[in-house]
Amino acid sequence: MALKLADYKTTVHNDWCPGCGDFGIVNALQMALAEMGIERDKAAIFSGIGCSGKTSHFINTYGIHTLHGRVLTFAQGGKLANPEMTVLAVGGDGDGLGIGAGHFVAAGRRNIDMTYIIFDNGVYGLTKGQASPTLKLGEKTKSLPSPNTNYNVNPIGLAVASGFTFVARAYSYDVRHLKDLIVKAVQHKGLSFLDVLQPCPTYNDLNTRDWYAGEDLAKESIERHSRIYKLEDTHFDPVVHYDDEIDEKLAQALIKSLEWGNKIPTGIFYKNEIISPFATRLTDKIPNYLENPPAKQNISKDGIPTTDVSKILDSMKV
Amino acid sequence: MSSVDFSWLIGGPQGSGVESGANVFSKVCAELGYQVFGKREFHSNIKGDHSYFTVRVSDKLIHSNVNDVSLMISFDAETIFRHSSEVMPGGGIIYDSDLEKISTDSVGTLDNYFKERLHRELESKNKPFTIDGVLEIAREKGVNLYPVSFKTILASLAEETENPRLKGMIRMFNVIGVSLSLGLIKMPPDSLLKSIDSIFSKKPQIAEINKQAATYSYNYAASKFPDFSFVLSGTEKQSDTILVQGHQGTSIGKMVSGCRFQSYYPITPASDESVFLESNEILEVHDDRPGSTTVIQTEDEISAIGMMIGSALTGTRSSTSTSGPGFALMTEAIGWAGMNEVPIVLTLYQRSGPSTGLPTRHGQDDLLFAVAGSFGDFPRIVYASGDIEESFYDTGNCFNYSDVYQVPVIHMMDKFLSSSVVTCKRFDPQKITINRGKLLEKVEGEYKRFAFTEDGISPRSRLGLDNGIFWNTGDESDETGHITEDPQMRIKMMDKRMSKLDLILKQVPKDEQIVSYGVHDYTIISWGSTKGPILDALEMLKKEGIDIGFIQIKLIHPFPTEHVKSLLENVKTIIDIEANHSGQLGKIFKQNVTREIDYFILKYSGRGMTSTEIYESLKRITENKANKREVLEHGA
Repeated sequence: MALKLADYKTTVHNDWCPGCGDFGIVNALQMALAEMGIERDKAAIFSGIGCSGKTSHFINTYGIHTLHGRVLTFAQGGKLANPEMTVLAVGGDGDGLGIGAGHFVAAGRRNIDMTYIIFDNGVYGLTKGQASPTLKLGEKTKSLPSPNTNYNVNPIGLAVASGFTFVARAYSYDVRHLKDLIVKAVQHKGLSFLDVLQPCPTYNDLNTRDWYAGEDLAKESIERHSRIYKLEDTHFDPVVHYDDEIDEKLAQALIKSLEWGNKIPTGIFYKNEIISPFATRLTDKIPNYLENPPAKQNISKDGIPTTDVSKILDSMKV
Repeated sequence: MSSVDFSWLIGGPQGSGVESGANVFSKVCAELGYQVFGKREFHSNIKGDHSYFTVRVSDKLIHSNVNDVSLMISFDAETIFRHSSEVMPGGGIIYDSDLEKISTDSVGTLDNYFKERLHRELESKNKPFTIDGVLEIAREKGVNLYPVSFKTILASLAEETENPRLKGMIRMFNVIGVSLSLGLIKMPPDSLLKSIDSIFSKKPQIAEINKQAATYSYNYAASKFPDFSFVLSGTEKQSDTILVQGHQGTSIGKMVSGCRFQSYYPITPASDESVFLESNEILEVHDDRPGSTTVIQTEDEISAIGMMIGSALTGTRSSTSTSGPGFALMTEAIGWAGMNEVPIVLTLYQRSGPSTGLPTRHGQDDLLFAVAGSFGDFPRIVYASGDIEESFYDTGNCFNYSDVYQVPVIHMMDKFLSSSVVTCKRFDPQKITINRGKLLEKVEGEYKRFAFTEDGISPRSRLGLDNGIFWNTGDESDETGHITEDPQMRIKMMDKRMSKLDLILKQVPKDEQIVSYGVHDYTIISWGSTKGPILDALEMLKKEGIDIGFIQIKLIHPFPTEHVKSLLENVKTIIDIEANHSGQLGKIFKQNVTREIDYFILKYSGRGMTSTEIYESLKRITENKANKREVLEHGA
């Protein structure tokens, strides 16, 4: 029986604030899973801590709500041990780029075939609106006692610099575009990263839905002037087609990632399937890793171990 | 045949082949049927600082080092300065005669604290602050001195083999030293040549040169110094003996137990285990295609435990190996594993703390931390192995405990064990059983990961199992694994998880909880690697007609209070022996058993205990001459 969108929803009460950008992300996730027809028990959503951390409870697949900043570590372990799972990791920008920044960089280097989605809103919502890593220097959201004294992290730039092989940005109020990008991210062979701009209606009074929609820019004009535009509507080609192109495409993605203000690009910044996914690197050492991964191996028969270490013990014999 | 008990010490700068020299020596002795107990000491340094290896050899079962050295081999000045006082009367020192005039001040790696102590000693005996000076003291004590010019040996060898390159091969000093030692004690040289062949099996030319040097040095010592009183010409070989390195008990134990995922971050003295697992990542499996261990070097220990938990959630037996500083970083996630009832095994190779402490030295400093590290109340098991052989079988138990009770298990090991090389009975994989507890193979009907059951343990699904979907969270949750803050559900869930502690005490066999070596008026309680030196010390006392009891507590958390109480019921004096400052097991004992420890024998110099010093302290205790805290100090 074909799976429907409703099958991916749980009955858990959702306690996000009215108007929260997170709703768009969870909807898009469910839509993407339904569209790809991924069996519910072959998918796992790992989440970090904070409002976005609750995401895993709203989706009717395996759901692992982990620790602050550590979601990528749990998710990578799960995927490595059982590579047949479709693994998605989700978390806030504070979670992934503040406390978890080291894991973000290390995950890029490994390029394990899974997807990481950051709910990017510039504030720590659940602790009442402190500045998070993507908030710009000098900006003051409403609950900050004084303007932000830190320069911001550039998630797209950090991802391409760290080795992520699929790097994209979406906007949580464009659910269909977001869903399409999630599908592409999941289908990508390697570690994909999706930075989702997600207004926090309660604590971020700067990057609001209206601000993204460009209402302030439209005051003088009849037409709407949305800040958000799509890279695929331009001549931007994010794909690395051959080896010699890598540096150029990385540089192009980095330059594009710096665009902010009146024009904010969304869509795919960088895509490289030439760099080997981690499973290929493992298979080079362990030829049957994918057919016989850790989670599938028989380790005993009738309670007796089946591993044969006699050669190792022989080498230690005196 | 009189019994052999011979201790050999080799020292030199780190990177000069001290360890490989000692491995050759240990292997040769073991092949001739002797029991071997070797231990490496080294600085936190890559090249140049002093390291040394003590190998005790006997024809009887031994479990430890002793204070006295029978023969020392030194090709650098520092070894002579630091260790010549350890050589016993009647013992010997083979040393490089080119070093005789070297003064303490010209050895840059001799630290001031040691130098001051040595100078005081030399001054009191009216000796110069030189190699000559310390050797003179040794000679007066009755130690035999065997001067050999290592350079001359190389030169003669170069001449004899018409290979002038040999003259400058100071890299062979270790092989020369080992061969001189074996010539001195008249150990048949065949095994020596065989083990050189096996070490350099991929470089036959190098093997040939080394064998020439070995033969030459062996004959040199045998003919020039024929009168050394220790002769080790071989003994009856025990069948099924292996020579095992410290980390191999747990690493081979993990392979056999079916651990298929290990994530780790490099740290001394734990990483050898992970490197060994990766070096042997492809596994042979009876009647099946090859298996494998996925070993991942992570960016830090937080990632190591996160990945291990992620892997364990797929039903894979998963593990990590670390030391105190790494364990500290893991504590938050241990709580998550406890909360979500995830079976993981964390092998904790302790070293001297606090903080970076003595990063390459021994200590049993982390017991209380292992028992209590992390916030909130959750069940865990802390289990301690006493020696390398035991650690192989214990690894099997640790995985079973973690699967059956769905708890994190912390397996306590330490630097004393990890840097030992010992002979022991070949590990028997058939003695390890695999019990996955309530791990599900299939799910029918509605599934709740944390379903309330009579024994508090819920059937466990795994990521990817058909119909087995579950949720986990570090928040308090209900039976499905979704977040709840309901006060009644909170009470039920806490009770469910914590009830496992009683279940563990009830179900884990008594002989896996505590090993009793007899109980007498004086009885020792201890844990971990002190086992070996304690057993040897008790043997020494027994020969003098003094019987002292010993219970080795292996299950430290949950603490087997009733079992301990019943064992110690009639004991008059309780002696706690541990390699830490505060007597950490003693604290746990007092808290649970509500009885005072009468004497502590403690060591926190960063060096392992010898049986000699435990023997001396125990003797003082039985003679009523001991301090309440006996603090041991032996070792350079």
